[in-house]
Amino acid sequence: MADYIPHTEAEVSEMLDFLGMSSLEDLFAHIPAALKLSQGLDIPAGVTEPDASVLFNGYAARNDAAGLLCFAGAGAYDHEVPPVVRALGSRSEFVTAYTPYQPEVAQGVLQAVFEFQTLVSRISGLPIPNASLYDAATGMVEALNMAAGTTGRSKMIISSGIHPHWRQTAQTFARGTGHEIVEVPLVNGITDWSQVDCGNAAAIVVGYPNYFGVLEDISVARSLADQHGALLILGADPIGAGLLKTAGQWGADIFIGEGQPFGTALSFGGPYLGLFACTEDLIRRLPGRIVGETVDTEGRRAFVTTLRAREQDIRREKATSNICSNQTLMAVTAAIQLGWLGTEGLREVAAACVRGAHFLYEQLLEVPGVTPVSDAAFFREFAVRLPISAEQAIVEMAKRGFLAGVSVQQLCGETDPSVEGDLSKVLLLTVTERRTRDEIENFVSALREVVSL
Amino acid sequence: MKNFAAPGGKASSIPLVGREVEPTLFEMSVPGRTSFQLRTTGVPKTDLTELIPSEHLSSQVVPIAEVSERDLVAHFTRLSHRQFSVDLGMYPLGSCTMKYNPKFCDAVAAMTGLNGVHPAAPASLTQGWIELLWTLEQRLVAITGMAGATLQPAAGAAGELTGLLLIRAYHESRGEKRTRILIPDSAHGTNPASVTLGGYEVTTVPSNDRGLVDLAVLKESLGPDVAGIMLTNPNTVGLFEEEIQEIAAAVHDCGGLLYYDGANLNAIVGVMRPGDMGFDVVHMNLHKTFATPHGGGGPGAGPVAVSERLVPFLPGPRPTRNADGTFGWVAAPASIGRVHGWHGNALVLARALAYITVHGSEGLRRVAQHAVLNANWLRVRMSKFLPAAYDRVCMHECTLTATGIKSKFGVKGLDIAKGLLEEGFHSPTVYFPLIVDEALMFEPTETESVQTLEALALAVERLVIRAETDADSLHAAPRTTPVSRVDEARAARSLKATADAS
Repeated sequence: MADYIPHTEAEVSEMLDFLGMSSLEDLFAHIPAALKLSQGLDIPAGVTEPDASVLFNGYAARNDAAGLLCFAGAGAYDHEVPPVVRALGSRSEFVTAYTPYQPEVAQGVLQAVFEFQTLVSRISGLPIPNASLYDAATGMVEALNMAAGTTGRSKMIISSGIHPHWRQTAQTFARGTGHEIVEVPLVNGITDWSQVDCGNAAAIVVGYPNYFGVLEDISVARSLADQHGALLILGADPIGAGLLKTAGQWGADIFIGEGQPFGTALSFGGPYLGLFACTEDLIRRLPGRIVGETVDTEGRRAFVTTLRAREQDIRREKATSNICSNQTLMAVTAAIQLGWLGTEGLREVAAACVRGAHFLYEQLLEVPGVTPVSDAAFFREFAVRLPISAEQAIVEMAKRGFLAGVSVQQLCGETDPSVEGDLSKVLLLTVTERRTRDEIENFVSALREVVSL
Repeated sequence: MKNFAAPGGKASSIPLVGREVEPTLFEMSVPGRTSFQLRTTGVPKTDLTELIPSEHLSSQVVPIAEVSERDLVAHFTRLSHRQFSVDLGMYPLGSCTMKYNPKFCDAVAAMTGLNGVHPAAPASLTQGWIELLWTLEQRLVAITGMAGATLQPAAGAAGELTGLLLIRAYHESRGEKRTRILIPDSAHGTNPASVTLGGYEVTTVPSNDRGLVDLAVLKESLGPDVAGIMLTNPNTVGLFEEEIQEIAAAVHDCGGLLYYDGANLNAIVGVMRPGDMGFDVVHMNLHKTFATPHGGGGPGAGPVAVSERLVPFLPGPRPTRNADGTFGWVAAPASIGRVHGWHGNALVLARALAYITVHGSEGLRRVAQHAVLNANWLRVRMSKFLPAAYDRVCMHECTLTATGIKSKFGVKGLDIAKGLLEEGFHSPTVYFPLIVDEALMFEPTETESVQTLEALALAVERLVIRAETDADSLHAAPRTTPVSRVDEARAARSLKATADAS
């Protein structure tokens, strides 16, 4: 057993003396005896750090996926995180701080978040960012709540090109809010708006690119939103900001995105980073924290969390959201990563992803039995139908050193409006700036072998 | 009393040099300067206009920043020097449990075998992770006295909402429509905000003059339309709800469920279990009780453990151990669905399991005992110059009140809190809970030594003396911090949330 308690036995005795008590149990004497454990908890006895590290090395060693060359994406991408970003992002002043309730001693986190917000605003093309949300899936739920509050409506029109897990998360939280969620099917990888009734909709939600990587014409969704008085929520890949039009340029009211590509390791899915920005009109319904610039009593520039009257600790049951702790450390890390990438680096990363993904796509279509799910233009991710099950292909490719992609059936379940027909053979692939031509060519050779097994 | 006065325990090094404003990353930018380095891929440099249709390509470049690696390091290092942290000094922020974060747990999270794993990789390739999560679930169930758990909620508030949706699913499965959730007036603001999002109405239950739930009033508030009650125990003034068994019986008798807000679990971990008190749903803040670092405002993690009757509704997929000893995922039969994009804040979960593994049952018990010892020692030690709001044994935190010095000297609780920053300590929580006038809530945690507690007490005593002799200087405090008091009204009035806003 180990712990991090500094008290010596003599000190504990002296402290108890001071309280007029004779044992630590006396501190709990006022509590009904029936509530106190007579025996210890049913968990193993404590061990020292070196002993525990053996256990955790074991867990780490049993994750074969960690050593594979990654061609999997679906919202979690294997981007370069350089030593400088890891060093700065793990500074204990950032890591071991609390929420900046006392701005006089929290300017470090506050200014870093202000810089993060500036970058989110630029990447989204929208003026009002927040200080982060948990992840993109819960970020979309916040956006839906914002749309409901703004329009007084509860019908949510969500393209099935939105990541399946985001849609599933929205369905869960709709149990409480009562939102009606309508999922719109894809045809050839593109949202088919023709059959959907957008009347009385609070929001229209579309992905850019969608989760298959397809670049849809967002002006169609914008027109629908205008026609029906709904808000347009764009779920965008933030790496797209290196090349593509921003949410603001497409006329979106709300931008949501997964910020993991900015400096956060794959991390088995968390902690990640929910990116959020909106138009000026929506500011009073902004979920979560926002940092603003101001001055101190001596006129120096200072930063502070602001517009606090929206938040749960003040507004309680009338708050715009219940969020309190968010993902500040990931936001600070994103600011550091973007500072390292810079204007040119973000463009280069986006370009390398696009080129790598298209290079892989062209070669994969040469493999017998591999066909595209959509022939529409894509960004850095695409789906193909294999002659064998995607799950089987992933297992076989792992033996050859590759994480071959993500099985769409694993993301969606048996059926989903995003795919016409059987989805068990649909594999979603991506290429980041970390994959070389040799790796891509070796990948294709291996897959050629696997599909002909 | 033994004199524990000794040097140390407080921050004494900020700011290092002067109080100049640090420029923003954007002000430091020089066009053309770069620091990034990427792999040489050898992939053909096809013209992007051949790959992406022109209507999607932006004609404008999104400006980020243009700085050298050296400037990047200097900038963020300087920012870090303008930030209080647990590693720097005592952080007695009530209801936040800012204990020391063991470096061992960070080392676990830094293992590439854990942080290099893609979340969609199949179970056969992620056996270690699933086993880790499954093991943590077992530990949390044992610690809380519950039957099952979900690790997905990313923070305490997310856990609250998840718990409320579980309560809703339970009642609906029985064909019952219940509309109200009871909450004491001392509750954290996240409770009522979560209740609204859970589709329920809030009924506030007043506290009695002992700072506890008024059982008689509670019973009057109960009825067939009550879905449940959310309680924090010990409550937000740091006192144990001694009548919890009677409360539980009354709520259960009317068909309601009991929700345990685990914000204050540090007071009882290893000593008591919420399940034994009658609770049906428990959320834990792993960034409090289990010492995962709070990151300046997250990431946290808010797993939810539940009693047997709620297990069928748990979010999923959940980690499971198969009959052959391998690990996999399974969805509960009547699952409410997913509450996170993936499996929760996995690296935070790994840190928490590391913490639990080192402590074991006896270590966790010692955590609660010493947290409560420290809070009571501090309460009595400081009561000589700053009275406790409730003069009785507290749990892991003590609520003091500055009402007296406010009426005598015009010095508010906020002034004391700001003055403490000059003394090298983080402020306590001020003006919470709302039921105590001029509340100052101190939570020392178990990882602070008695020498540090004494240093804090001496600092507060100096401030109380200053309130009488030099109130103006306290109104103007802090003067030695990187910035002095900030104009919060101006920040809200003319919002400037980005460097680009005018």
